[in-house]
Amino acid sequence: MYSDKVMDHFMNPRNVGEIENADGIGEVGNAKCGDIMKIYLKVEDNRIVDVKFKTFGCGSAIASSSMATELIKGKTLEEAWELTNVAVAEALDGLPPAKMHCSVLAEQAIHKAINDYRIKQGLEPWEDRFSDDDDHHHE
Amino acid sequence: MEKRFVYMDHAATTYTKPEVLEAMMPYFTEQFGNASSIYNFGRRSKAAIEEAREKVAKALNALPDEIYFTGGGSEADNWAIKGVAFANRNKGNHIITTKIEHHAVLHTCEYLEKQGFEVTYLDVDEYGLINLEDLKNAITDKTILITIMFANNEIGTIQPIAEIGKIARERGIYFHTDAVQAVGNVEIDVKEMNIDMLSLAGHKFYGPKGVGALYIRKGVKIDNLIHGGGQERKRRAGTENLPGIVGLARAIELATSNIEEHNRKIKSMRDRLLKGIMDKIPYTKLNGHPEKRLPGNINVSFQFIEGESLLLLLDHYGICASTGSACSSGSLDPSHVLMAIGLPHEIAHGSLRLSLGDLNKEEDVDYVLEVLPQIVQRLRDMSPLYESFIKEGGK
Ligand SMILES: Cc1ncc(COP(=O)(O)O)c(C=O)c1O
Repeated sequence: MYSDKVMDHFMNPRNVGEIENADGIGEVGNAKCGDIMKIYLKVEDNRIVDVKFKTFGCGSAIASSSMATELIKGKTLEEAWELTNVAVAEALDGLPPAKMHCSVLAEQAIHKAINDYRIKQGLEPWEDRFSDDDDHHHE
Repeated sequence: MEKRFVYMDHAATTYTKPEVLEAMMPYFTEQFGNASSIYNFGRRSKAAIEEAREKVAKALNALPDEIYFTGGGSEADNWAIKGVAFANRNKGNHIITTKIEHHAVLHTCEYLEKQGFEVTYLDVDEYGLINLEDLKNAITDKTILITIMFANNEIGTIQPIAEIGKIARERGIYFHTDAVQAVGNVEIDVKEMNIDMLSLAGHKFYGPKGVGALYIRKGVKIDNLIHGGGQERKRRAGTENLPGIVGLARAIELATSNIEEHNRKIKSMRDRLLKGIMDKIPYTKLNGHPEKRLPGNINVSFQFIEGESLLLLLDHYGICASTGSACSSGSLDPSHVLMAIGLPHEIAHGSLRLSLGDLNKEEDVDYVLEVLPQIVQRLRDMSPLYESFIKEGGK
């Protein structure tokens, strides 16, 4: 069902944890649907110097969080914003169709964390390409 | 800790016992004749089927003529429900079932609704039990069939089958029960329990897969489901699955020869495992009835975590189990059974079913009790729900 990459990131997730006094925090999903993703960012000079996550959800949700955090670590906020769910899924050598929403959650959680940072800095939040109702893409 | 292979998914399917396989073998290679053939070689196959029929009848206290072999539990359920519905349409169009049936029953009922039948899906209480008063109140003069499972495949709850049978018989309504999970775990007497039809499947009691049976009490008005040749006394067409039927019969003979002793052994392992889980893992809830449940069944929910990730980690440690979480089924909602007993979605997502059986040893219980608490903690340490819970003081 899952690729070796997904299993690797599920069994050995990177960047699990919290960041105290994080500069940006984004939480998406809900317990009812079975997955919640929370991303913590540490930002210095517009760059993500550290990122951690906590996820409640299935194997692909945990693997997507792990991969997504790896992909944005060290990136500028603009670069991190450009990370799409498809890129996360591709980096994992694909997700089963029914699990693509996990990668969407990862993208959304990052966007939310970045906007949380921007708002705290007194900046305008950027516009997310998914609206809130799109929270879930269970196909 | 040495890695083991631990099979705790006996409710999904069981292994075929060597004694059963041994009984089946000649019917593949040597005594393979078609039971419908006129020559002696075919008649010997026919005799083997009739002997098998007697064994199944004996296990249920039915007559051999009341046993029909099928291609499994789903076919038996489909036949009983569609067969009675279509044959008794002139009498009424109402069927009563429950919200916690296996999909073989639920989807059959939903199909019949599209054909103009009306179906009442009875609620169950928090333990998964139906209320007999609800059942009585649901009966109308159009009711032709009551179909209620003997024991539930997910939470193991055993229904008051004899009481349901009594109500159905008094009201002159046919009563079918899906006993796929019950055979070999519960004493079954179709006469005493007033059961008109009963479904069973070989692969749940250490017999082969793809073979089952439907008991149909003499006199029940029921249409055929599978049309074709004249096998099974013209009621179920198709060349008989000879080795499968012989295997199913040998398996039911073994499974019902000493239910009490078998249950004592399985139940003592189950109880030790359950107690260990409850003692070692906080924020855990038992799903199903504390006593009226199948001897090998454990169904628990661990708060703050999700079942599919739990299964993947268990699998990594060689443990086979199952969950009612939506994420493992590819559907939006968690198991309909867990919803029917009133679990909130997030608790249903964190459910784990461990079903013990003859493959298990005490060492398996020790192993699961060692591995499971670590895995649950590992997932909780990753969970934002657990994080907020702890930050709020773990109330
Ligand atoms: C309660 C119940 N009914 C019906 C079935 C279907 O049986 P089968 O898979 O043999 O068709 C099962 C098994 O999955 C079951 O547990």
